[in-house]
Amino acid sequence: MSAAADRSPQAERRDEGLRFYQTGTFAVGGRLLAEHQRTVQSQPRRPSSLTKGHRACQGCGEALGARYALDAALRAAGGRLIAANATGCLEVFSSPYPESSWQLPWIHSLFANAPAVASGIAAALRAKGREDVRVVGQGGDGGTVDIGLACLSGMFERHDDVLYICYDNQAYMNTGVQRSAATPPGARTATTEPLGGHPGNDFGQGKSAPLIALAHEIPYVATATVAELHDLEAKVARAMEIRGPRYLHLLVPCPLGWGSEPSETILIARLAKESGLFPVFEAIDGAIHAVAKIRRQVPVREYLRRQRRYAHLFADGGREDVIDRLQAAADRNIVRFGLLEGSAPLAGDLLGAPAPGELDDLSGAQAP
Amino acid sequence: MSERPFAITLEVGSSRANHTGSWRSERPEYVRRMPPCNAACPAGEDIQGWLYEAEAGGGGYHSAWRALVAVNPLPAVMGHVCFHPCEEACNRLALDEAVGINAVERFLGEEAIRRGWEPPSPAQPSGRRVLVVGSGPAGLSAAWQLALRGHHVTLRERSKQPGGMMRYGIPAYRLPRRTLDAEIERITALGVQIECGQRVGSLAYALQEGAFDAAFLALGADVAHHIDIPGATAARVIDAVAFLHATAEGQAPVLGRRVVVYGGGDTALDAARTAARLGHGAGSLPAPQPLAGAPGAQEDPGGEAPPAPQEPVVVYRRTAERMPAHPQELAEAREEGISFRWLSTIAAARGERLVLERMRLDEQGMPQPTGELEELPADCVILALGEEPDLTPLQGLDGVIGEDGRVAVNEAMMTARPGLFAGGDLIAQERNVAVAVGHGRRAARSIDAYLRGFAMPGEEAPEPVAFADLNPWYFTDAPRQVAPKLARIRRQSTFEEVVLTLAEDSALYEARRCFSCGSCFSCDNCYGVCPDDAVLKPGPDGSPYAIDLDYCKGCGMCAAECPCGAIAMVPEQT
Ligand SMILES: Cc1cc2nc3c(=O)[nH]c(=O)nc-3n(C[C@H](O)[C@H](O)[C@H](O)COP(=O)(O)OP(=O)(O)OC[C@H]3O[C@@H](n4cnc5c(N)ncnc54)[C@H](O)[C@@H]3O)c2cc1C
Ligand SMILES: Cc1ncc(C[n+]2csc(CCOP(=O)(O)OP(=O)(O)O)c2C)c(N)n1
Ligand code: SF4
Ligand code: SF4
Ligand SMILES: [Mg+2]
Repeated sequence: MSAAADRSPQAERRDEGLRFYQTGTFAVGGRLLAEHQRTVQSQPRRPSSLTKGHRACQGCGEALGARYALDAALRAAGGRLIAANATGCLEVFSSPYPESSWQLPWIHSLFANAPAVASGIAAALRAKGREDVRVVGQGGDGGTVDIGLACLSGMFERHDDVLYICYDNQAYMNTGVQRSAATPPGARTATTEPLGGHPGNDFGQGKSAPLIALAHEIPYVATATVAELHDLEAKVARAMEIRGPRYLHLLVPCPLGWGSEPSETILIARLAKESGLFPVFEAIDGAIHAVAKIRRQVPVREYLRRQRRYAHLFADGGREDVIDRLQAAADRNIVRFGLLEGSAPLAGDLLGAPAPGELDDLSGAQAP
Repeated sequence: MSERPFAITLEVGSSRANHTGSWRSERPEYVRRMPPCNAACPAGEDIQGWLYEAEAGGGGYHSAWRALVAVNPLPAVMGHVCFHPCEEACNRLALDEAVGINAVERFLGEEAIRRGWEPPSPAQPSGRRVLVVGSGPAGLSAAWQLALRGHHVTLRERSKQPGGMMRYGIPAYRLPRRTLDAEIERITALGVQIECGQRVGSLAYALQEGAFDAAFLALGADVAHHIDIPGATAARVIDAVAFLHATAEGQAPVLGRRVVVYGGGDTALDAARTAARLGHGAGSLPAPQPLAGAPGAQEDPGGEAPPAPQEPVVVYRRTAERMPAHPQELAEAREEGISFRWLSTIAAARGERLVLERMRLDEQGMPQPTGELEELPADCVILALGEEPDLTPLQGLDGVIGEDGRVAVNEAMMTARPGLFAGGDLIAQERNVAVAVGHGRRAARSIDAYLRGFAMPGEEAPEPVAFADLNPWYFTDAPRQVAPKLARIRRQSTFEEVVLTLAEDSALYEARRCFSCGSCFSCDNCYGVCPDDAVLKPGPDGSPYAIDLDYCKGCGMCAAECPCGAIAMVPEQT
């Protein structure tokens, strides 16, 4: 599963040939792939941690993302994994009493406290000397970025041995699409109703949970989408090799809240990344280590126009000014994270190590 | 009551009790759609199907070849001479370059010869007897298909050896006879009797005398069109098919030093290239000589200089862009030093010279005379002005020859006379080996139905899969460092006679470039992307997936993310 697994030069050459065909990097599996190139999802007997019969909407990105991520984590943990879940769609659609879709030990407590519950489980396991059992905490963007942030920050700074996964669908979906601090500018939600005829979320608000996690300098922070399974599985596998707090931020389109076609969930996640609006990166010990390059760049318009939450930007003559600002935000990401082939993340940004000059400035400022 | 915790009334159960399939208004269905390469192949090959087999490498080549010869008994021949319209239709063109279908076909055909792969076994003998006249690709293809279906086939051929234009037209430098012989041998190994040196003079008589239940006519078209060149002696004018035929039999005629070929089709180019190979002329072409007395005319310098050796010259009345020959043939001819006199017709012969008249193209692109004349030295003229079939054996068969003097067939390839079928150059507008093989196969299917008393199958033409029906995200384009290699492979399929058959690794690599348009190629995408875990992967790799309709909510993600358009969403009946 890990793309970084050792390979012989012959295997490398064969893969080169295979890439022409289609497989290896993008499709889920393929009859011609070597075992090490196959995803967990392609296995005939994958764990399916979130099994069928759940009540998520048609085409739910969160349901898909949870199975992708937890199956990979289960595989990495040798099947010994406990999950603590925040309140939200993922919890509600998977566990209407007395049914459960979970095929691993799973607990739900409150909206705000999933990171703390996970921390507690990790502490208990440590006390019992059961370090073979691993822990995942998970929740939606509301449960993570807003109400659960204090618990999450505590989990990070205490260095608890938990992988926390945020399923980011950019609003409070379960209660009817209210704005969260992860709702992007320009997007309409039930709580960004027109004040002066502009129903989109404001610019200049909200926060980035991955960058907040990064600022804690925890051992592992990564973003991913449901559109790139190989990347996602490799990141989960890498995170599971590490002990201590780890954070994975997974973009999961929501057909209901975004007003998109259920069949286009993966396409939309892909366009979010390919437009630069959602940077996909990986950071180790507080510094960006790798970014997923844009493969077939698209203007943000291609991403926006498929979602009714942005319909007001295209209706009645359109709001080119807003679209331009969103494009500018994507362009900024592209430069800041070095998303184009051949470019590198900006040095001196908060994400990487400070540039040498900046270091001097800092030490100068500290001198009396 | 079991021991449940206080206030808990229900046993915890799995969500599998909840059949979310009832939410669905559309269901995904696995389909097989027509790939554009298959739709474009005149022989009717299932190209996507055999490429899929070949992709596996190793034992996959054998199954690929079996799939190939189920349709076409001449894959190695085709790999050498086919003009591959499939590659022009290939969806991969929209991403980088077409899959090198023809080169892979040639690899598989040659691999079969090299390894001596056996023909498939024929069906139970039907007890029915079919006469096939003509052993070109049309006749051989029909004979193969009929024999596979258990019918007894007698194939009569006028020439000394079988193969038709593949042996006596297409020059050996483009199609090694060893390849042709090996593929024909396999057809006889299936039980087809080929009787060479047996011209069928009267079909009516042959049918009656042999008590045949049906017949397939594949006489080809080899009666050359002639024109009279005033002043030319018959000894110095020869037609291209006769010239190529004689050369193929090892009896190349003496043409003289300066050969002029008249015509603009592939046959003209083959004749010129063959003449060049026979050593008629070498070196560069002298400038055209304006006629004595015409404006700008110069005196002939006289006989003092040694006669300049000369490559064959092709004279054609229109331009290079408008010549019917395939562009790649033209390029190869040019590479070999053949020269061209465009916009020219032969008006007369005068001693050792031809008088050419310059043409100009009118608005319709038709050549019109200009009255301007020039001369071209020539010892011999090869006429390549088209051919027509010899229909004399069909005399006395009512209605088979139409009022336009041609043999007409219906959808099932049957002539006006029940039980008498025809195909190949004899009836075709487009004359090539692939069309002939396709006709032979279609006719054989019809003959089989006719003999068994079934309805004759029509040829349905489903809409081919377009590039827009695929999900191209999953296909990678050629990384820069590999692109030159690609170009080399393309060249190999184009200049067949110059370059050897593809090496195994290149053939495998080409096969794996196929998108598998319209058919599942087992990439596991549908199995992976379903948010409801409702796609089943029951068998080993390569066996079909299934939709668990108890849980499928009909979101359509599997169909959207299928790289090759092999899943359709169909409305549920409510
Ligand atoms: C010079 C030349 C080059 C060509 N190059 C190519 C090429 O590169 N690629 C391509 O696809 N196509 C090419 N073609 C066209 C291709 O060869 C023909 O379209 C194809 O061979 C037609 O097949 P057929 O079976 O209909 O006829 P033919 O191949 O012409 O076979 C007809 C056979 O019937 C026999 N016959 C005729 N009358 C009788 C009779 N009364 N009794 C018994 N036998 C009889 C003939 O002897 C002959 O063997 C070329 C043709 C020529 C002339
Ligand atoms: C303390 C508290 N406040 C509010 C709620 C109601 N509530 C349940 S889920 C939810 C929104 C969840 O949003 P998010 O975390 O983004 O998950 P999603 O449903 O979008 O996946 C809210 C507001 C609650 N359960 N508890
Ligand atoms: S509302 Fe959105 S997140 Fe919730 S189940 Fe539906 S699609 Fe999934
Ligand atoms: S990609 Fe493959 S299936 Fe599609 S047209 Fe080309 S050869 Fe045929
Ligand atoms: Mg949410």
